Amino acid sequence: MQIHQYDTVIVGAGGAGMRAAIESTQRSRTAVLTKLYPTRSHTGAAQGGMCAALANVEEDNWEWHTFDTVKGGDYLVDQDAAEIMCKEAIDAVLDLEKMGLPFSRTDQGRIDQRRFGGHSRNHGEAPVRRSCYAADRTGHMILQTLFQNCVKHGVEFFNEFYVLDLLINDGKTAGVVAYELATGEIHVFQAKAVVFASGGTGKMFKVTSNAHTLTGDGQAVALRRGLPLEDMEFFQFHPTGIWRMGILLTEGARGEGGILRNKDGERFMERYAPVMKDLASRDVCSRAIYSEIRAGRGCGPEGDHVYLDLTHLPPEQLDAKLPDITEFARTYLGIEPYTDPIPIQPTAHYAMGGIPTNVEGEVLKNNTDIVPGLYAAGEVACVSVHGANRLGTNSLLDINVFGRRAGIAAAAYADTAEFVELPADPGAKVQAMVDLLRESTGTESVAQIRKELQESMDTNASVYRTGKTLEQAVADVQALKERYQNVAIQDKGMRYNTDLLEAIELGNLLDLAEVLVVSALAREESRGGHYREDFPTRDDVKFMQHTMAYQEVAADGSTSIRLDYKPVVQTRYQPMERKY
Amino acid sequence: MSTPTVEHSAALDAAESGSTELINVTFRIRRFNPEEHPEPVWVDYQLLMDPKERVLDALNKIKWEQDGTLTYRRSCAHGICGSDAMRINGRNRLACKTLVKDVNPEKPITIEAIKGLAVLKDLIVDMDPFFQAYKDVMPFLITKGNEPTRERLQSQEDRERFDDTTKCILCAACTSSCPVFWNDGQYFGPAAIVNAHRFIFDSRDEGAEQRLEILNDREGVWRCRTTFNCSEACPRGIEVTKAIQEVKRALVTRRF
Repeated sequence: MQIHQYDTVIVGAGGAGMRAAIESTQRSRTAVLTKLYPTRSHTGAAQGGMCAALANVEEDNWEWHTFDTVKGGDYLVDQDAAEIMCKEAIDAVLDLEKMGLPFSRTDQGRIDQRRFGGHSRNHGEAPVRRSCYAADRTGHMILQTLFQNCVKHGVEFFNEFYVLDLLINDGKTAGVVAYELATGEIHVFQAKAVVFASGGTGKMFKVTSNAHTLTGDGQAVALRRGLPLEDMEFFQFHPTGIWRMGILLTEGARGEGGILRNKDGERFMERYAPVMKDLASRDVCSRAIYSEIRAGRGCGPEGDHVYLDLTHLPPEQLDAKLPDITEFARTYLGIEPYTDPIPIQPTAHYAMGGIPTNVEGEVLKNNTDIVPGLYAAGEVACVSVHGANRLGTNSLLDINVFGRRAGIAAAAYADTAEFVELPADPGAKVQAMVDLLRESTGTESVAQIRKELQESMDTNASVYRTGKTLEQAVADVQALKERYQNVAIQDKGMRYNTDLLEAIELGNLLDLAEVLVVSALAREESRGGHYREDFPTRDDVKFMQHTMAYQEVAADGSTSIRLDYKPVVQTRYQPMERKY
Repeated sequence: MSTPTVEHSAALDAAESGSTELINVTFRIRRFNPEEHPEPVWVDYQLLMDPKERVLDALNKIKWEQDGTLTYRRSCAHGICGSDAMRINGRNRLACKTLVKDVNPEKPITIEAIKGLAVLKDLIVDMDPFFQAYKDVMPFLITKGNEPTRERLQSQEDRERFDDTTKCILCAACTSSCPVFWNDGQYFGPAAIVNAHRFIFDSRDEGAEQRLEILNDREGVWRCRTTFNCSEACPRGIEVTKAIQEVKRALVTRRF
């Protein structure tokens, strides 16, 4: 076991982690730990853009953006946080441009902007051009630009180091424990400040836009150390994933004029969202798609998908603005999007919930108190700027605004704080977990349990939910957790043991799936991405509050989920009925 | 505004037909695990596959259903993250962007690690020399003077000038397909030059002279023998050889 000492340790090297690292490296001795290589992170899969009220192409202002964000989140957004995000969005985009990001440009050479779902002029009057973009690879360009600037600032990366535990001593952050994939060695990183920026949890679902690696590692570590997870029942299903594969096709396709059609060729979104139509928020579009499918208006032999139609757009526009997603349609479906509509279905995309933080990125251990020295930013965190449903582009904004804030705050804390003494035998828990898995002679397979988890989550905890399906999901997940105790792996080696890695990741997914379905079962209302057919309306009296889920460990080692609730911060906007 | 359904092409019908006949495919994989055996060995795996599935799906099936020790890198599974470059039937490709039907599944499909970088286990290679070459070309915007308050202006034409090389995902498919790189580990390799190009031809950048001097080195662009392997290998369709030629020309003319 090796012990390292850094002022600040950042866990994860996607957009949020690297944005934090650029700040903290200039202010404190920083290490970035990532289970991948930085440029493999899933920020790179984001396509359509990053919204900011630059008003480069038409009138806009950050207050309209804030309103759209609050409304998009079905009023579960903490409005003070949304206001900060939308106000700082403008500088966040300009900072990226100055770092070198090659945005698409207007005729005047300014950053170009396009329409995006849920983003409107003057509180919902009409769609507005707010999304700053680089063709349909904005996330790729953000990830590359941040990595380039990390190189410039000499950020110290530990690649393929998988963080498996958080060390807290006497209520304060002491460091993290990581497993080095290349060697199988355990490393303890003593740190004054730790920033979690490890991304989402999408792999608990079967049809998902998420990478294989998005297994909620940071959330699971925090949960097991007694920290709460906020609003985990709110999971976003992006309307346009490639049918059956789940690969993301950007909302920017509809921003450029693409249309959703059912088997009759009808532009059905006109019935569900008369003003914003195909650019209604994602939860609204995803529900509409499944409503069409349920009503027998789905496409294909089994009527289980609808079309994203781009055939009316000029090929030059597709080539210039949507080159990657049209390429995906050609590669994976063998169709030509110039002339064929693209078969799509909603795909599990984004966790609105996560580790609760305040606007400085400080992690909350309950409704009011922070853990000194612990920070989180990006999809792993819940500030909450996304509430019950995130607006398109606001994730790229979130990682830049709150990644930066967390990096600055962590380094400032590290500047004044002392190192907290490491607990006795700090790597023991992780070593025991790894040894147990490596030496297990059990009979269960990781792949089989993961498959069953994903199938149950898709069936029972997806776009439409009921008490009955969620009870089924709770029962399924708990049974799978039982079986996971008896899981065994084939690779017993130390070097690049990805068999072991996948087993650990599955353990994380199981714990987080349980939090999701237990939280969802208790929320007897419909709000944003959480739709209960048995409680189809929003209930502001009972549920205008954030869920705070804690994992409780009984004397016999078994765990259960305890739910608490936290008030929503409301400033300017009173809850209204949500129409698009 | 309801419009009639667009005509169904044969391709769309094929894409939507749920039932595909599964075929038997042999994957011949070059395995290497120094913890077990000092030399690499070829191992055959038989799978029942939908020919429209990805080679990465096949690797996952082997790992999940047959042999958990098979080791490779993967993440996004749709050609964006650059984790899974490998030699498939002797050609560098991304496993997640290659469909089984496109690599002649009637015969055994061979899979091995990319060349020119040390193999650490099975399909995993040491990426550090690759990223070091990337870092050596100063892959970040270099500007002088005060920053503007708003964004720097850039015409659509100037933006287009380096568009192709911004697509790079650092997968190493190009660099590890280059015969010069195989024989000379000191050579920067195509990927590093592509990333230098991305900045040299960015109208906002003022570091081109420095980068060109670095690439004027003995191990720089002049080692390129224009074999076009890199352009053929690039899963993002970047005209890599053309980019290298443009850098060479810039070195001669000092115009960029």
